[in-house]
Amino acid sequence: METTTVSPPSLPAAPVRPLAAVRRYAGQWGLIAALAALPVYYGIHDLVYGYQVYVAGHPVIHHDLSNLGYNFAQGLSNGAIWALIAIGYTLVYGIIELINFAHGDVFMIGSFTAVGLWSVFRLSPGMGSAALIGGLLLTLIITMIVTGSLNVLIERVAYRPLRSAPKLAALITAVGFSFILQNVGLLWRGGSPQSVPDLIGVEQTVFTIGGVAIQRGYILVFAVMIPLVFALTWFINSTRAGRAMRATAQDPEAARLMGINVNATISLTFLLGGMLAGAAGLVYALYETNVWYFQGFKAGLFAFTAAVMGGIGNVRGAVLGGLIIGVIQALADARMGPQWTEAVVFGYLILIMVLRPRGLLGEETREAG
Amino acid sequence: MSAFLDALRARRDAVAQWLPRWWNRALAGALIVVGIVLPFFFPPDSGFMNGTIIAVTYAVMSLGLNIVVGFAGLLDLGYVAFYALGAYSLGWFGSDFFFKLRVHVLVSPVASTLQGVHLNFVLILIGAAAICAVAGMLIGLPTLRLRSDYIAIVTLAFGEIIATVAVNGQSVPVGGGMTLTAGNLGISAVDAPYFPGTGSFSLLNLRPWYWLILAILLLVVFVNLRLRDSRLGRAWVALREDEVAAVSMGIPLVRTKLLAYSVGAVFGGMAGAFFGTYYTEVNASQFAFGFSIFILAMVVIGGLGSIWGALVGGLTLGYINNYLIPDVLNDLPSKFGLHFQLTQVEFGIFGFLLVIMMLVRPQGLIPERRRRLEMTAQIAAEDAQLAEAPAGEVTVILPPGEGAA
Repeated sequence: METTTVSPPSLPAAPVRPLAAVRRYAGQWGLIAALAALPVYYGIHDLVYGYQVYVAGHPVIHHDLSNLGYNFAQGLSNGAIWALIAIGYTLVYGIIELINFAHGDVFMIGSFTAVGLWSVFRLSPGMGSAALIGGLLLTLIITMIVTGSLNVLIERVAYRPLRSAPKLAALITAVGFSFILQNVGLLWRGGSPQSVPDLIGVEQTVFTIGGVAIQRGYILVFAVMIPLVFALTWFINSTRAGRAMRATAQDPEAARLMGINVNATISLTFLLGGMLAGAAGLVYALYETNVWYFQGFKAGLFAFTAAVMGGIGNVRGAVLGGLIIGVIQALADARMGPQWTEAVVFGYLILIMVLRPRGLLGEETREAG
Repeated sequence: MSAFLDALRARRDAVAQWLPRWWNRALAGALIVVGIVLPFFFPPDSGFMNGTIIAVTYAVMSLGLNIVVGFAGLLDLGYVAFYALGAYSLGWFGSDFFFKLRVHVLVSPVASTLQGVHLNFVLILIGAAAICAVAGMLIGLPTLRLRSDYIAIVTLAFGEIIATVAVNGQSVPVGGGMTLTAGNLGISAVDAPYFPGTGSFSLLNLRPWYWLILAILLLVVFVNLRLRDSRLGRAWVALREDEVAAVSMGIPLVRTKLLAYSVGAVFGGMAGAFFGTYYTEVNASQFAFGFSIFILAMVVIGGLGSIWGALVGGLTLGYINNYLIPDVLNDLPSKFGLHFQLTQVEFGIFGFLLVIMMLVRPQGLIPERRRRLEMTAQIAAEDAQLAEAPAGEVTVILPPGEGAA
């Protein structure tokens, strides 16, 4: 009997694809590099060429990073507002996979409600700080209830009947509702930006770190944002309702079989998102000292960009993304001129989609697994 | 109610069987003739003619967006970008805006003495189509692997970027002291279309404008009909219905999607170029996000994916926007003691129409057959029928490319 040894056929060598390596590398680091590009460029620019400041009326060229630090301080506090709105996008997307296009306009209604309540409560910059803080807290609570209920109402009227329809249908009603709310705002307070009383003196410097003046407004924004984010995280992670939200986000059918009331859970999600948008609306009115019916459009798109950047469905990601978008916005505002800011932020949105659609911290949706 | 509708439907089908085979063509021919002679019944500079011209142009845009959103199922919220690019092609190549250049091709004797680039309107249409085709592909590229709702946001972002560039184009130099756009000041003194042997295009006589845009509309409808029944049109619908299945049947994903974007963009660009010359100005303030939604509302109200729906939706909203709201109903709120005019909230009205349409009649006014089945409960009944029907009849129920025609 002859034995023939047949050498196993050698596997064809895997085709060398240099582009694949580049693409993987771009997916890993491209977005981070693109994000670092702006501050690094302007930091080097400040150090090498310097920037002009006026000391006692005379122009002086400084070569340090405190101008960049000022951009960051301003940007982070802008970003904290975007973060609050972005959480609303991310929660809703996580649970029903819908971009709640009307969310930015719920935020706008929040601003308008807050400003309306100030005049009802007769809050004014001159009054005692205890009364002012008490009034603002009361305004915050009422505003959050109003916007939360509004968001629940929108879900009930416009999204729930379309839950089994194609995705496009709910997205179109969301866009429609966004326009309806904008026009409600237009009729409420007119077509041009209105300035509102500067209740807390947002531009007063509280202290200075490394040449960067920290203003009251910055502290206010974080004093509202941080407790709310912690409360939300606690709610989602530690309560029974929060567990129901997470279960519904993972698998609505299985959640229903386990006895979770899915409709109530979705309403709760919209309530939480709307409440955060209301808080953001109040803070925005205090911080920017003006309100406008169209503010929600830009805010909504910036916040959505933030949610995608952090990884949609991911609350920590939304906060991180909001802060980053705020810094990008502040840098573009200060260095290129505010008329280009939207183009820069939307350019980043497209970069995210090309380089890293799952976002910085990874998305937490059903499709992502 | 539905029994009544079913009875009506049965009667309609009976009538359709009784009518001769050439009935549809005769009807289409009659409609075209009515369209051509329409201006003779109205004064040549009347508000109604103006409204009609704008409505027909909207219908061209709506037919273009219908290809992207209706046929291919890619929600495009930045369609205004192609309006802008089309209008700027006219501003760049049909006015004295680039005043350092002197280029004249087949233009009227008056225009051929002016500085700037002056091309014949047909050449500008072709140029606008080419620019928009390329732009459509560029906008499509990053969206290829994205989910449907991300596509909406990316197209929106592109639309806003182009609008921002249009507004700020005054500060973008292109050499020789010339800038990219004229921002909110607008490029004015653009050329009117000129064809040897026809009457002149002036705003005192709107009839030539009307016939020009009607010709463009007929061309676009014809191309749409041919595309819908073509291999490409069926590939779009297949991708819309099930991307994985379509790709596994050998449909080239990248090429098919990019072609949807660029064909849709071409029609938007042509309509944009016409609007540029008709409004005698290309102003950056025309290109707001709301306009994208306005065009989308036309497609949705007409019926996603339905050519006749897009046409009717465009004409309807065009008349509502340019005739009904400003001229007829504008004072309605004040009659109820409210202090605003209806034109202020027109986008709110369109938003409301979008919501109501999606909730009450998601398939639109003149639904595409396949979409109607999908959006209403009938699909279950049809499925049951499919299961029972002998194999030979299955193809009768869902013929490829069968629309509302």
